[in-house]
Amino acid sequence: MAEVVVAGILFVALVVYVLTGGADFGGGVWDLLATGPRAPAQRRVIARAIGPIWEANHVWLILVIVLLFVCFPSAFALVGTALHWPLTLMLVGVVLRGSAFVFRTYDSRRDSVQKRWSRVFASASVFTPVMLGISVGAVASGAIRTEGGVYTSGFFAPWLQPFPIAVGLFTLALFALLAAVYLAADTEEPELQDDFRLRALGASAVVFVLAWVTFFTAHTGAPHLRASLVGGPIALGMQGVVGLCGLALVGSLWARRFQVARILAAVQVVLLIAGWGHAQFPWILMDELTIHDAAAPQNVLVGTVGVLGAGAVPLLAAYGWMIRVFRRSRLSGAPSPESIEANPE
Amino acid sequence: MTDLLAARSQMALSLGFHMIFATLGIGMPLFMCVAEGLWLRTGDAVWLKLAKAWSKGTAILFAVGAVSGTALSFELGLLWPRFMEVAGPIIGLPFSLEGFAFFFEAIFLGVYLYGWDHVKPVVHWLAGVGVFVSGLMSGVFVVTANAWMNTPTGFELGPDGSVAIVEPLEAMLNPSAFGQALHMSVAAILATAFAVLGVHAWLLRRDASVAFHRRALALALWIGGVATVAQPITGHFVGEAVAHNQPVKLAALEGLWESHPEGAPFSIGGWSDEEAGEACCAIEIPYMLSVLAYGDPFHPVMGLSEVPPDERPPVNVTHTAYQIMLGSMGVMALTIGAAVLLAIRRRGVPDHPAFLAWSMFAGPWGILGIEAGWTATEVGRQPWVIQGVMRTSDAVTPMPGLYAPFVLFAGLYLVLGVLCAALLFRQFDVHSPGGSHG
Repeated sequence: MAEVVVAGILFVALVVYVLTGGADFGGGVWDLLATGPRAPAQRRVIARAIGPIWEANHVWLILVIVLLFVCFPSAFALVGTALHWPLTLMLVGVVLRGSAFVFRTYDSRRDSVQKRWSRVFASASVFTPVMLGISVGAVASGAIRTEGGVYTSGFFAPWLQPFPIAVGLFTLALFALLAAVYLAADTEEPELQDDFRLRALGASAVVFVLAWVTFFTAHTGAPHLRASLVGGPIALGMQGVVGLCGLALVGSLWARRFQVARILAAVQVVLLIAGWGHAQFPWILMDELTIHDAAAPQNVLVGTVGVLGAGAVPLLAAYGWMIRVFRRSRLSGAPSPESIEANPE
Repeated sequence: MTDLLAARSQMALSLGFHMIFATLGIGMPLFMCVAEGLWLRTGDAVWLKLAKAWSKGTAILFAVGAVSGTALSFELGLLWPRFMEVAGPIIGLPFSLEGFAFFFEAIFLGVYLYGWDHVKPVVHWLAGVGVFVSGLMSGVFVVTANAWMNTPTGFELGPDGSVAIVEPLEAMLNPSAFGQALHMSVAAILATAFAVLGVHAWLLRRDASVAFHRRALALALWIGGVATVAQPITGHFVGEAVAHNQPVKLAALEGLWESHPEGAPFSIGGWSDEEAGEACCAIEIPYMLSVLAYGDPFHPVMGLSEVPPDERPPVNVTHTAYQIMLGSMGVMALTIGAAVLLAIRRRGVPDHPAFLAWSMFAGPWGILGIEAGWTATEVGRQPWVIQGVMRTSDAVTPMPGLYAPFVLFAGLYLVLGVLCAALLFRQFDVHSPGGSHG
């Protein structure tokens, strides 16, 4: 029982990471695709949105990893071994994205310097979610196999497949969609808002197409997952609601109801991931290792839940405080971080 | 290059890289808080200017520390899956707490860096204190997890080698935890103080009249001075724990081959022939090791010749790294001593050109000392990853071709390190065109 609770917490942490950290990566995508006369303004809005919060958002990923190795140590060992390469490449992306972003903020304002860091930041923002998605796809596919401690499926075959790659691209599109919707909702300049609205609509279409591509590749690439995704009324109902959510999102973007769109985008993503979680339960590594078999001793699980529960109260209070500080000042028109950066005195 | 060596090299490289940013990321917030606190008290704008410059340094260090730390948490599983399978649940408590501390640090830093105009000055200062305290705690928790690898307690393994019983609190509060955590905390502040000293001494040499750099130099000497006095004491706690729990490591640190049943000498320098099992050319201070480690000149100390060869750590690496760490402490103590004398004679900031030149030289020695100290403690634990429980060679991933990710990370960190150093220097250089104060 405790292992199911911890798995649930792990799952929630992953969802929050996608909604917050994922959108930060999505911001990098739009930095890369910034075009037209307002490209510098678009980049500025993106940097302002990410700047104060991306490191705090990033901690959700660390929480996922720590929970995994504390509470499901054999799953951590299995995933770390079988997916060594996609995870290593993802890490390179994580390191480059974060470093380039902060270097850009504090390096010379000269165009050539800024452009160089922008390019690194933005390409790493595209690359990293794809590798994350590929890893998740490989976990869900059921292609990772071991026998008596030997990795019979090898170290490349489980992830260099159409299905994980489709999941990788789908992840990227989803992050980009989240970012575009958030940015449209957070910007007050009408022209910029229009830019991000168009981008959000485009991303919605790409997400729609890639969802079907992923589903088709799952036919051979993740048969067990595919069967559970459409097997039974609950699963089908979830897929239906995701679809409706997507339609409502497009509608709200069309009608420029950006605050509604923000909520709908988040709900859509939550339901999508929940659908995956539901289809994969009780496997932590599809067809190879269950939550129950991977679980650490009971007292560790209970203790972890206790520590998380006790720590969550002050933490969420502080997190909420930070977000309020920056939202309030945005509404009251306080100077942007850039103007402070440029004139420290 | 064998896969084991590649994995160890990648881990050493990743830790060695992260360590620089993590330690400066602990120490810099102290500087920025003290400076901002002095500004709040005195209203002197120079202190505010310093706090802002140092907060930029903190931002860069924290970001690179955060991403390289994320990489490390994955690398534990990517390189040492079998170690994590056993250790994960046991050292989960400090890692969970570290996660919280890191989260708080990120939140407070976000407010500190971007909130100058958004919150009241006192709240802003408190956010800075929050950054320092949570950063410090973050380091403490991680170090207790490492300490558990040296003195593993609080668990029992089942017959199949999997973890059967875990006492998380007992594991976290293992015998090495207190000493190591304290020693590392002081080391972080000490290393930062000397790095700050070195950078501002360099810039003062161009123009000794800049108040900005004079204040920075003075503050670095004050904080560095206190830490220099404290560090040998905290080191003593670590030494005692090693002597009581890891006699093989103690012998390797000292390059001690023969057992000394009636008191062992303290060796300075020297080189071992690890095949033949003997050391040469060391300067020995009689009975000193027994005095330092056990407080008794005649306390017996075991030599490496009593240890089976396949349970000995690489002696020369361990001993030399340990000597470098002690040497770094010597350099820093000399610097502080000279600063005190000069400050008394001049009744002010010691800005003698020769002292500034020496300070530039002394600047990196805090970080070098940390790198050397970690090398000594990690290599000195070999061949074990968990002392007496699991060998490093049994912990490594079965994935072949590990040289490739190692080369990838080596290239990445080399480039990042160089770029980051240049960028940090920029933040403190008042003369750089377009620099933060230009």
